[in-house]
Amino acid sequence: MEKRVTFKGWLLPICLLLPQVIVTAVFFFYPAGQAVWQSLFIPDPFGLKSQFVGLGNFEFLLGDPYYRAAFTTTAVFSILVTVASLGMALFLAVLADRLIKGSGVYRTLLIWPYAVAPAVAGVLWLFMFNTRVGVVSWYLGVLGYDWNHVLNEAEAMGLVVAASSWGRVSYNFLFFLAGLQAIPKSVIEAAAIDGARFWTRFRTIVFPLLSPTTFFLLVVNIVYAFFETFGVIHTITSGGPQQATTILVYKVFADGFVGQDLGSSAAQSVILLVVVGLLTVIQFKFIERRVHY
Amino acid sequence: MAGRDQHGMVQKRGVGHWFTHLGLIIGVLIIFFPIWLAFVASTVTQPEIVHPPMPLWPGDQFFNNYRDALVSGVNAPVAKMLLNSFIMAMGIALGKILISLLSAFAIVYFRFPGRKVFFWLIFLTLMLPVEVRIVPTYEVVAGFGMLNSYSGLIFPLIASATATFLFRQFFMTVPDELAEAARVDGARPMRFFWDILLPMSRTNIAALFVILFIYGWNQYLWPLLITTDPSMNTIVMGIKQMFPSGDDIADWPVIMATSILAMLPPIIVVISMQKLFIRGLVDSEK
Repeated sequence: MEKRVTFKGWLLPICLLLPQVIVTAVFFFYPAGQAVWQSLFIPDPFGLKSQFVGLGNFEFLLGDPYYRAAFTTTAVFSILVTVASLGMALFLAVLADRLIKGSGVYRTLLIWPYAVAPAVAGVLWLFMFNTRVGVVSWYLGVLGYDWNHVLNEAEAMGLVVAASSWGRVSYNFLFFLAGLQAIPKSVIEAAAIDGARFWTRFRTIVFPLLSPTTFFLLVVNIVYAFFETFGVIHTITSGGPQQATTILVYKVFADGFVGQDLGSSAAQSVILLVVVGLLTVIQFKFIERRVHY
Repeated sequence: MAGRDQHGMVQKRGVGHWFTHLGLIIGVLIIFFPIWLAFVASTVTQPEIVHPPMPLWPGDQFFNNYRDALVSGVNAPVAKMLLNSFIMAMGIALGKILISLLSAFAIVYFRFPGRKVFFWLIFLTLMLPVEVRIVPTYEVVAGFGMLNSYSGLIFPLIASATATFLFRQFFMTVPDELAEAARVDGARPMRFFWDILLPMSRTNIAALFVILFIYGWNQYLWPLLITTDPSMNTIVMGIKQMFPSGDDIADWPVIMATSILAMLPPIIVVISMQKLFIRGLVDSEK
């Protein structure tokens, strides 16, 4: 796509581009380049010199059981967050779509948790399940269940998944509702006349027609779970217990800032960069398809 | 039959209709519960919370707790943290919109040497979050002496091209006749930008502003790294700093009042500008 009508001159456009180019060069390309560069070195213990190790940091990471564990943790975490938030959102959107009046009211009631920061969501859920004062953990205790996410790895994972999915329901609900409302009612009514019950209609017509939205949300939610949930993990578990909730982004932070292992942290950043790149390519491919759809 | 047509064939009536409402109301309550609990906790006294179960209905300490939080907080007054968050969110939203408008205008409306290179350099930055380049970005910001400063909070987060991409898409849909007419009238490029392009982009700018404001307000990792001075903390990252280390008991009423204050501005933005918000959300994901 190109504009047919353009203005003349080259000095003005360069000046217009300059602010963005400077900010991007200084705060994006230079640091990203540094990450790649640093990933090839190991600093000595006193931080005075660095030794070139080539791909040594990467080899070490891929053989490191802790790093592999972080990969598995991230996979489990993102799948659970994506399934939980998409499932809940789809359920609510299907219900709201059935209403003729009032779906707007429910939309207003359901979208605003989008505005709650992941870190704040983490504090809210931590408060509910706090082992000392939490209301939910207290009532669970009354029912005979001893909740302790500080020690129990599965409970810790469950809690960060719940807190991460919670605010995300709004976002997914919005896109699912829009997708559902775009499906022509005549198609569904035709199936209803043919005697298809609600569940059959949903399975054979609605869900397939909704698949572009679902696929799009799948990618966006995986990206969210990978990167934007740092606040939830940091406020609730700090990656524990025994690194059971240490996802990749958290490990970059923990190794780079807490552990001061710059070479390894940089190599981890580069690996994440590749992961983001792949997800972006998938998303762009998909969006092309959606345009033609 | 008129009623039937109006409602459509497949709309549930009677019992099914009420089940639909019931399901939605339960969903809303589940979503709402954590916030309700935080609000209740922000209106009661500390002893009421540390002897569980805490009440589920608000108490009478609303003014005391919120005054404590705003005026003294734990490490820094929450009023100061709110101000920091506001400056950061506004800086990110306005800064990004400004530089993106200018560069999108240059890319769409001019032909100049190196245009393709600029285009690709800027678009490489799409979707790469600050989280993956934190250590080197931290070093850059520290090198400029921008730790514990507003510019250190703002600039690294406007270094991405999502907004440029959006404005480029929009400018491409602006009819060529407008630029043609401007050129025939002998208008200079910046005149066209100010008098025609900018007014036409108003809705897009507003929608993007809503999304970017929330994005900036809700940042966590970046302020956590570069604001070591409590008086520069933003409210979203400051909450975690209010928890004591070790075995001391957290000041829950003040922490929960702070949590409520931290979510209020973005929630107000979302609800009061719902249409723009939805539009911005859909646009920025395209």
